[in-house]
Amino acid sequence: MTTDVDIPVRAKNTAEEEPTGAGRSERLSALAQQHGALVTLVVAMTAASLSFDTFLTGDNLENMALSSAFLAVVALGMTFVIITGGIDLSVGSLFALGGVLAAWGSRYGAVVALLLPLAVCGLIGLVNGLLIARSRLAPFIVTLASMLGARGILLSVTDEGSKTYLVDKGSFFAELGQGSLLGVGLPVWITVALFVLGAVVLRRTRFGQYVYAVGGNEDAAALMGAPVARTKISVYTLSGLCAGLAGALNAAWLASGVTILGSGMELEAISAVVIGGTLLTGGFGFISGSLVGVLLLKVIQNVINQIGSLDSAYQQVVSGAFLAVVVIAQTWLGRRRRVL
Amino acid sequence: MTDLTLGRVSADRDRLLALLQEYGVYLGVVVLFLVNTVFTPHFLSTENFRTQAVQVAPVLIVALGMALAIGSEGVDLAVGSVMALSTSLLSLYLGYGPGIAVLIALVGGAVVGVANGSLIAFVGVQPIVATLALMVAGRGLALVLLPQLKDVHDPAMAELGSGDVLGVPYVVLIAAALALLVGFVVRRTTFGRSLLAIGDSRPAARLAGLPVRRVLILVYVCSGVLAAVAGVLATARLTASDPSSLGNLMELSAITAVVVGGTPLSGGRIRIGGTVAGAVLIQLLTTTLIKHDLPPSWTQIAQAVVIVLAVYAARERGKR
Repeated sequence: MTTDVDIPVRAKNTAEEEPTGAGRSERLSALAQQHGALVTLVVAMTAASLSFDTFLTGDNLENMALSSAFLAVVALGMTFVIITGGIDLSVGSLFALGGVLAAWGSRYGAVVALLLPLAVCGLIGLVNGLLIARSRLAPFIVTLASMLGARGILLSVTDEGSKTYLVDKGSFFAELGQGSLLGVGLPVWITVALFVLGAVVLRRTRFGQYVYAVGGNEDAAALMGAPVARTKISVYTLSGLCAGLAGALNAAWLASGVTILGSGMELEAISAVVIGGTLLTGGFGFISGSLVGVLLLKVIQNVINQIGSLDSAYQQVVSGAFLAVVVIAQTWLGRRRRVL
Repeated sequence: MTDLTLGRVSADRDRLLALLQEYGVYLGVVVLFLVNTVFTPHFLSTENFRTQAVQVAPVLIVALGMALAIGSEGVDLAVGSVMALSTSLLSLYLGYGPGIAVLIALVGGAVVGVANGSLIAFVGVQPIVATLALMVAGRGLALVLLPQLKDVHDPAMAELGSGDVLGVPYVVLIAAALALLVGFVVRRTTFGRSLLAIGDSRPAARLAGLPVRRVLILVYVCSGVLAAVAGVLATARLTASDPSSLGNLMELSAITAVVVGGTPLSGGRIRIGGTVAGAVLIQLLTTTLIKHDLPPSWTQIAQAVVIVLAVYAARERGKR
């Protein structure tokens, strides 16, 4: 939307900066962009463990890992979307919808409980992708509409939000969310596996290259023969699938489909991806960064909870301010990178 | 553009389509009005018109600010949170008198606008992201200031919320006046022309020597203040401050009204009349569904469909 807007500014910067030792500052800013989040995470965790005895306990860490897992799966799909230069605001609604559908479907067995949310949320993602890629509508407005639409479907499935579907405690599906392996919850394992898979797809497959190419320069990608529309449709479908799966896993963990979940989750996911170093302008980003971004957000939330006297309203203020700071830093670093 | 190469028939068809895109929203309002006149009991009554107008007023006021943001090729997702923030500030400072409290609430909206505008104009952050950050932080701040619902007992505020002049509620009069004002600003002032030029092409506007940054900041300040006005009026009408739910999904309704009204998302053009009709259309749609006992969830789905249809219809029109 605004990619071409900074041209005059960039041109000016080039003129000013070319003669100086640009190579080193470029490397430094690239380093900051790639590992800044990781450094911040380590600092935040060290500070938190020194300040609160309750921070580095098994229970607390396990809780953080589990609650990070669901957001991380959503952020995984979002990473692909943002690298193509798009945005997906519907993930929060799809997360909630996926959870409710999974809880409703769990009475017919784990297969239905997993496939139903994947099918419905994947389909909504596909529709998003078709409208964005084929009809060339703005991603934010399409996904804003499907955020509203998915919430509407969710409400009509649950009798205007008055009905809560429960998952049988002993069922295989519930076990998927509550069980553990080697002392670590199954959702965490699933998330790690998905991230490894996502990283391989993005870095080592042709599809991954197309994702970067489309985000880098859509017209150039099309001229090179990359299937631009198909790539875009795929990433939005993927994002829908991830959000639906995360919702289903969350429902298994909570043993119920909670209708009010997921609002504001799109922001958390976008923040995590951006904090992880992925550029909102597209064409540049890492899967691993998004995981670090999620963990960083959760550590901050945890610290706010530990302080106790601060409530969830402060979490929102801090998250919003944090996103703003990161985006400012990123724009600044990115501008220097682009110059060279 | 395609007229040159295609035949005359398709040129006629294009003209018809363009006409439909241009005036479709008014047609939609008329059709829904007629449908409701025939099928909805008690639709044609002064009481009902009054209720509908009062309900549409805050949406319209927010949509006017949104139209300015969209015209500058941006968007303001923070408007719902600004409404919440203004209601919190209003309740907090009501002890100093309603005038001062309202003023502080409006200043709060302006401050959020300055923050949004600075992020966009000086840092170069995309409008969606900048305003998304303020959307979350703003709602949080509103809840920090006023953690729960609080009743507003103030005669002046009550009068503002439910009083009228010759049967027309103040709320509606204010909305109408603001629509005229924004329409005038867009058409007749330097600020309005600059804002459209920036929406058309920011590099070109910059090369032409327009004060791009100042205009952009002013755009988001206007949007913030208008959202705060809507928040104040909504509070006056409900006689309560509810920062957790006031203005929820308002950004969506406002964007819908603007886009359905024919303002292209690509900037450079603003249709105030269309925006007014767009807001009325959404209100009529909601009324139609609710009065016929369809569940509220259907309203959301219908609104989503209308947004996509409107954007789809407008997609080829783009810039002139």
